[in-house]
Amino acid sequence: MTTRRTFIKGAGSLVLYFNVMPFDASAQQSSAAELPQSLAANRSLDTWLRLDADGVVTLSPGKCELGQGVQTALAQIAAEELDVDMGRIQVLTVDTGHSPDEAYTSGSRSIEHSGAAIRMAAAEVRAILVELAADELDTLPAKIAVRNGVFTIDGAMTPLDYWSVIAEKTLERHASGTVPVKDRDRYRVVGSSAERIDIPAKAFAENVYIHDMRLDGMLHARVVRTGNCEATLSLRADIDTVMDSPGVVKVVRDGSFLAVVAEREEQAVNAARQLAALCDWKHATLPFDESSVSEWLREAPAEVKVVAERGAVGSSGIARNVGRSYSRAFQAHASLSPSAAIAHRQGDRLTVWSHSQGVYPLRGAIAKIAGLDEQSVRCIHAQASGCYGHNGADDAACDAALIAMQVPGRPIRLQWSRADEFLGEPYGSAMTTEINAGIDDDGRIVDWNFDVWSGSHSTRPRGANGAGRFFAARQLAEPLAVPPVGNIPQPRGGGDRNAVPGYAFANHRVTKHLVPDVRLRVSAMRALGAFTNVFAIESFMDEIAHEQAEDPIDFRIRHLDDQRAIGVLNTLREQMSASQTGSLEAPAGVGIGMARYKNSGAYCAVAMHVVVNPDSGQIKLRHALCAVDVGLVINPDGVINQIEGGIIQASSWTVREQIRLDRDGAASKDWVSYPVLTFAEVPAVEVTLIDQPDELPLGAGEAAQGPTAAAIANAVARATGKRIRDLPLTPARVRQA
Amino acid sequence: MSINFNLNGKVVELDVPPDSALLYVLRNDLQLNSPKFGCGLAQCGACTVLVNGQAVRSCVLPAASAAGKDVVTLEGLGSRDAPHPLQAAFIKLQAMQCGYCSNGIIMSAAALLQENPSPSEEQIRSALIGNLCRCGAHGRIVQAISEAARQQQDKERP
Ligand code: FES
Ligand code: FES
Repeated sequence: MTTRRTFIKGAGSLVLYFNVMPFDASAQQSSAAELPQSLAANRSLDTWLRLDADGVVTLSPGKCELGQGVQTALAQIAAEELDVDMGRIQVLTVDTGHSPDEAYTSGSRSIEHSGAAIRMAAAEVRAILVELAADELDTLPAKIAVRNGVFTIDGAMTPLDYWSVIAEKTLERHASGTVPVKDRDRYRVVGSSAERIDIPAKAFAENVYIHDMRLDGMLHARVVRTGNCEATLSLRADIDTVMDSPGVVKVVRDGSFLAVVAEREEQAVNAARQLAALCDWKHATLPFDESSVSEWLREAPAEVKVVAERGAVGSSGIARNVGRSYSRAFQAHASLSPSAAIAHRQGDRLTVWSHSQGVYPLRGAIAKIAGLDEQSVRCIHAQASGCYGHNGADDAACDAALIAMQVPGRPIRLQWSRADEFLGEPYGSAMTTEINAGIDDDGRIVDWNFDVWSGSHSTRPRGANGAGRFFAARQLAEPLAVPPVGNIPQPRGGGDRNAVPGYAFANHRVTKHLVPDVRLRVSAMRALGAFTNVFAIESFMDEIAHEQAEDPIDFRIRHLDDQRAIGVLNTLREQMSASQTGSLEAPAGVGIGMARYKNSGAYCAVAMHVVVNPDSGQIKLRHALCAVDVGLVINPDGVINQIEGGIIQASSWTVREQIRLDRDGAASKDWVSYPVLTFAEVPAVEVTLIDQPDELPLGAGEAAQGPTAAAIANAVARATGKRIRDLPLTPARVRQA
Repeated sequence: MSINFNLNGKVVELDVPPDSALLYVLRNDLQLNSPKFGCGLAQCGACTVLVNGQAVRSCVLPAASAAGKDVVTLEGLGSRDAPHPLQAAFIKLQAMQCGYCSNGIIMSAAALLQENPSPSEEQIRSALIGNLCRCGAHGRIVQAISEAARQQQDKERP
C-alpha cells in the first residue's frame, strides 16, 4: 500500500473524473459484440468525434458539464487514444440536434458510459487514419506512429497528419469494436493532472453559463407561484392592470400556471411582484411539521419490502437488545444559480436551452407538455452552477417551453427567483431509520434489523411519460397524469442505498418502506439514501462502542471481514495520531464514520474534530481527516478535490440544513431561512489516498457524505456526552439533548 | 433615465429605468457576464462588483446610485492576455468546481487585497463571509487568494 498525503493547503487540484474510469476488461479486448453501451447505442464514429480543418479534434459526448470536469476527463481519454495534445481538443455541449443519446449525466457513471465509448471510438479513428497514411506513404500501418496528430516513421516526422489524410466522409462509419485500445501502462495523458479545460473561461467570465446567453429579440419571463404545485389559483383582480406595467408583453395563464413576459428583466421582476399581490392560492395543508415528520413517515401508506436478509434475525445467544432511531429533515440542493432556461418557438418547432442533467429525456417530456411531436423539439445543454442531483433545471425548462408556446417568434429567457428555486426544487426526502440489534456476551453485534422509511429518490421527468412530473404539469387547466415515483432496486438502492450493512453481522434483515407520497416534491440528491443510512449505522456503531468502552475503530474492525474497509480505518487511525490538534478549548471531541459507498464503490473513512459551545449549542467544525480507497488512483488531485467538496457540503447538511416547514408546506425561501456553512465555518480538510493499483477505479463524488455526518455526530457525542440522532444537528438540539 | 459612470476605465452613458438594479444594467445593457444573479437579496455575493473600490452587491444597488462613480467588474481586473493575480491563482490552483461563485469571490478578494495586501487565512475567510460556495471549493479558494496576494507582493517589490 502506498499512501499519498496531501493537505488542503497547496493541494494542486484537478480533474474530478478519473477516479471513476472503468478500465473494464471488455473494453480492453474489444470485439464487435462487446461495444460499450453508449457506443453500441450510437455507433457512427462521427457522432462522437470530428476532425476540424484547423488542426482541432472536436468531441461530442452525450454527457453534460456540471462543474465536475467531465469535459476535461473525456478530452484526456480522446487525447490519449489519438496521440494528440490536450490543446487540440475541444468538447461540444450536449444537443439533441447532433449529440449521442446518453440519457442522464448522473451517478458518477459518465466515464463508464461516455469515456468507454470515446476511448474505443478514438482508437478506431486513429487506426483508420493510420491506414490511410500508410497507403499514401506506401508502408505498413504497423510502421507508423503518431505524435500530436502528425504521422511519424521510425521517430521521424512525415509530411502527413490526421487532417491531411482525412476525407469528408472518412468517419461516417460504424464502430467495429475490433481495434484494440491503448495499454494502460502506456498512458501519459490519462492519469496526469491535466488542467480543467472549462476553468479559464470561467475565470475570465466568458460566455459559459445559460445565464450568459443573449439571443436576438430575447424577452424575459418570470413565473408567479407558491411552492405547492397543486395549489389552485384565483386572481383578485383583472390581469390587465399588470399588462399596463412598463415593458410587459404578455401575461400567460393556464389553469394555475401563471407567468409574465417583459422586454427587460427588471420589468418582468416588477410585473411578477404585482401579479403575486393579486393571487389567492388554495391548497391542502401539510399533515406533519418539523418535529413530527419522522413519525408521520412511519405511519404513511408505504410499499414495504425486505431488501436484504442473511441468517435468521432473532437467533439465540443474545445478551442484550438495543433499539435506536435516526432521521434527517428534507434538504435542498440549493444550487447557487437559480434555475433558468431559454425557449424559442418558431412555427411548430421549439428549441430549449437547459441545464438539465439529461437533454434527451427532457426533450420527450417537453414535447409532451407542449403538445408537439418529439422531432419538433430540440434541447441543448448549457451550464449553470453545480446541481448535486435533480434540482429545478427541468422544471424551469418546462416553464420556459409553456411560455414560449404562447409567445412564438421571440426567444423567452425564464429565470427563477431565489424563492422559486427553494420552494420549487424537488428536495432530498426526509428519512427515518430504526436499528434493532442483538448483542452477544462478547459485546459483538450478531443480529441486525434495519428499517428505513423514505420518499422516492427518483422522480425525473424522463420522456413523454415523465412529463407529469414537471412542477407546472399539475398546474395546467388540464393537468397531466403523474406517473408512479421511481423505486431504485438493490444493489444500488434509492432510499435504501447503503442500508445493507457493510459489517459482517451474523444475521441481518433490511426493510425498505417507500412512501410514494411525502406531500413535498422529492427526487435525487447527491448520495441519495446513503447519507442518512450511513449516518444511522455509523452513529449506532459508535454508540455501542462507547457503551462498551471500546475504541471505536477497534470495535468496527472486529465486525469487518472486508480488508479494504479495515484498510481505510487503519489509515485514518494513523492520520489521527499524526495530526497535531494542539490544545483545544473544551468541550472538544473527535468522531469517525466509515462506509463503502453503494456497498460497491469507494471506501471512505472520515474523522471530524469539533468544538461545541454548550451555552449556544453551536458546533464548530475544526478539522476533517479522511482516508479514501477509490481503487486505482488515476488522478490523485481529482479525487482529493471531490472528497473535499463532498465533506464540506455534507458538513453543511449535517449541522445546519433543513427545509423549514409550516402548515402551508415548505417555508425556506432564501439563504436566511435555508442557511448553509460560510467560509468562516467550513472545516479544514486533509485527505489521504490509498492507492490500490490492482483494483478497478471507483467514483469519489458521493463517498464522503454519509461518513462525514456520522463523524460529526459522533464527535459531538464525545465532546458533550450528548447523542443527537436527528439531522441536522441544530444548536437547539445540542442544547436540548 | 440617463446615467453615466466609469466602467472598467471607460465612461459609459445609457438610458435605463430609474429603479433598475446595477446587476441588470451590467448584465443585460452592458452585456457583461461576470456579475452573477444568485439571489437578488444581498445574501450570496455572486453579483459582487467594485464601486469606488468597495465590494458591493450589485443586485440590490440601484444603477442610479453608481452615477459618476468608478465601477469595476471581473472583466476590468484582467484578461486572458493579462490576467489579474487572482485569476491566475484560481486557474493555477483550480479553485472552483462549477465556478458560478468565482466572480463574486474574486471581486470580494480584490477589495480585500487592496486594503490588506497580505491577509491571513482567517482574514480571507472572514472577508468572504458574504460569498457562498455551494460546491465546497472553499479550501482551494482561500489558498488561491493567499497565492495571489504573494504574487502581487512579489511583483510590487522593487
Ligand atoms: S445576487 Fe446579489 S448577493 Fe446574491
Ligand atoms: S464552485 Fe460551484 S458554487 Fe463555488
